[in-house]
Amino acid sequence: MTQASASSSTSPATINQVILRPPPTLVQRVGYFVRHHPIGVVGIVIIALVVITAVFAPQIAPYEPTSQTFKRLAPPSAINWLGTDDLGRDVFSRIVYGSRISLLVGLIAVTLALSVGVTLGVLSGYIGGKFDNGTMRVVDLMFAFPGLVLAIVIAGLLGPSITNAMIAIGIIYAPTFARVARGSVLTVQNELYLEAARLTGGGHVHIVSRHVLPNILAPLVVLVTLSMSTAILTEAALSFLGLGTQPPTPSWGKMLSEGRRFMEIAWWTTVFPGIAIVIAVLGFNLLGDGLRDALDPRLRE
Amino acid sequence: MGKYILRRVALLIPTLIGMSIIIFAMVRLMPGDIVDSLVGLDPTVTPEAKAELRRAYGLDEPVPVQYARWIGGIAQGDLGRSYRTRQPITQEIFGALPITIELAVYALLMSVVVAIPLGVLSAIRRNSWVDFSARIGGLLGLAFPNFWLATMFLLITSLAFHWVPPVFYIPPTQDLAGNLVQFFLPALALAVALMAIEMRMARTSMLEVLRQDYIRSARAKGVRDRAIYFKHALKNAFIPVITVIGIQLGVLLGGSVIIEQIFGLPGVGWYLLQGIQARDYPVVQVTALFLATVFVVMNLFVDITYGFLDPRIKYD
Repeated sequence: MTQASASSSTSPATINQVILRPPPTLVQRVGYFVRHHPIGVVGIVIIALVVITAVFAPQIAPYEPTSQTFKRLAPPSAINWLGTDDLGRDVFSRIVYGSRISLLVGLIAVTLALSVGVTLGVLSGYIGGKFDNGTMRVVDLMFAFPGLVLAIVIAGLLGPSITNAMIAIGIIYAPTFARVARGSVLTVQNELYLEAARLTGGGHVHIVSRHVLPNILAPLVVLVTLSMSTAILTEAALSFLGLGTQPPTPSWGKMLSEGRRFMEIAWWTTVFPGIAIVIAVLGFNLLGDGLRDALDPRLRE
Repeated sequence: MGKYILRRVALLIPTLIGMSIIIFAMVRLMPGDIVDSLVGLDPTVTPEAKAELRRAYGLDEPVPVQYARWIGGIAQGDLGRSYRTRQPITQEIFGALPITIELAVYALLMSVVVAIPLGVLSAIRRNSWVDFSARIGGLLGLAFPNFWLATMFLLITSLAFHWVPPVFYIPPTQDLAGNLVQFFLPALALAVALMAIEMRMARTSMLEVLRQDYIRSARAKGVRDRAIYFKHALKNAFIPVITVIGIQLGVLLGGSVIIEQIFGLPGVGWYLLQGIQARDYPVVQVTALFLATVFVVMNLFVDITYGFLDPRIKYD
């Protein structure tokens, strides 16, 4: 059908040109993204800065994040660029090291949500029937909880620690991944290429890994990016409430809650960790928005 | 419509039962023994005393029996007693509820009042400076953690105006003005993220609607701009905004846990955190279920509102 309509409206020469044109190279694709989604590029730059800060924290931070060698609550100066906290620790060094915690928690929590959610979602969409029904009812129930409340309860019950914060965040995001993965599987389920793979005798594992997963990747990439920003926010919130990262590990949320007691005499202990959170979250939000526009227009708000 | 509402309300029951099972299972599946974590490492508590405690709390019974007892009590309006204060939870939670509701409603109203006109204006004057600053504001608003905003508000008011919020909760029945002043900053801290989301949504959906054929027809007929925006476009642009508000209600309830803590407002979120810190399991179970119930019921309202706003949506 497509062939008939194409040959009637276009000359064979154009068809050949279209077919023979090589697929865009990676460089061309990147170039296209840069031109058409400048906001996404700003996001990439911000994320790159945060990642570099995290990786090279020992080289960037002027002091040890836990050494209590300075005057307490000293204002920003040439020695302590962003001042010191109530234990005489350098705020700038702690913020630099804090980027490691934020990225690590975000990364592990999102990976957990991704692996659990996508496995369940793909199986659900692919197998269908009772399994699908059962899984999706549980997913619906998880959605019925306000996310942060659930994270607070899980982290609180498991006991305050950074690992438990990751688990809690992973659990609350898994249903979203399951739902998106399942929906995407259902849309590719009836595609011709999937039928062709079945008819040529492709096994289930082959079909899912070679034909289903690559075709549902776009919405998942967008979801991973946007989830990173909310995971960083949630980690900060849990640590702020004392349910996440434990002292003396520098975490932005924890620094903020510790600084609150002295904020009237030492504003720098609360202002700067917050700015760090805003920058990291903004980076992932911008990239997520850009990717969404570029990869999957259906997901656009 | 009536049938649809009835069916949705009936569906609430299995949803709530499912949620209660998840919460109950979570508490039971947690590592460690409840009584051990309650008494801590106190060596003076003998094993006999622990067994006694376990019996008193009904923890020696099989888990399904414990669940049945718990859910049976809830069905009869008995939410159990707090381990910590020994008070009936029903009384404590309903005392805390008005605070959380007021905070949520206040924040929601604030966000709608600012976000919707801004989003609509941003769409109408697309690519103007209003649009540009609204969009930047939208991006920033989403990145600000509410607990940081709350802290900054307190920092600014105390440094610039030497004003600190009242330490104790002022009930509106006692002093309405004082109450509204007390809730202003906490509500604003919660409202900023909502504003950003609603504004973005209002802008995109307004742009979408303005591209529709019926708007062009109205223009062609010579309808004035103002009438097009307010009579033709706005109502249809609202529907996606309401969906987003429904989703964000959960964020609002989650945020209230933190905001209530920062401003010392003894609401449901504050109560939940008290329960978690004291390992007061009956309180944690009931409060989590309670917040989830509030969320589910509010979402039901949102779904029903669609039907009134958009006659194209038919439920049966």
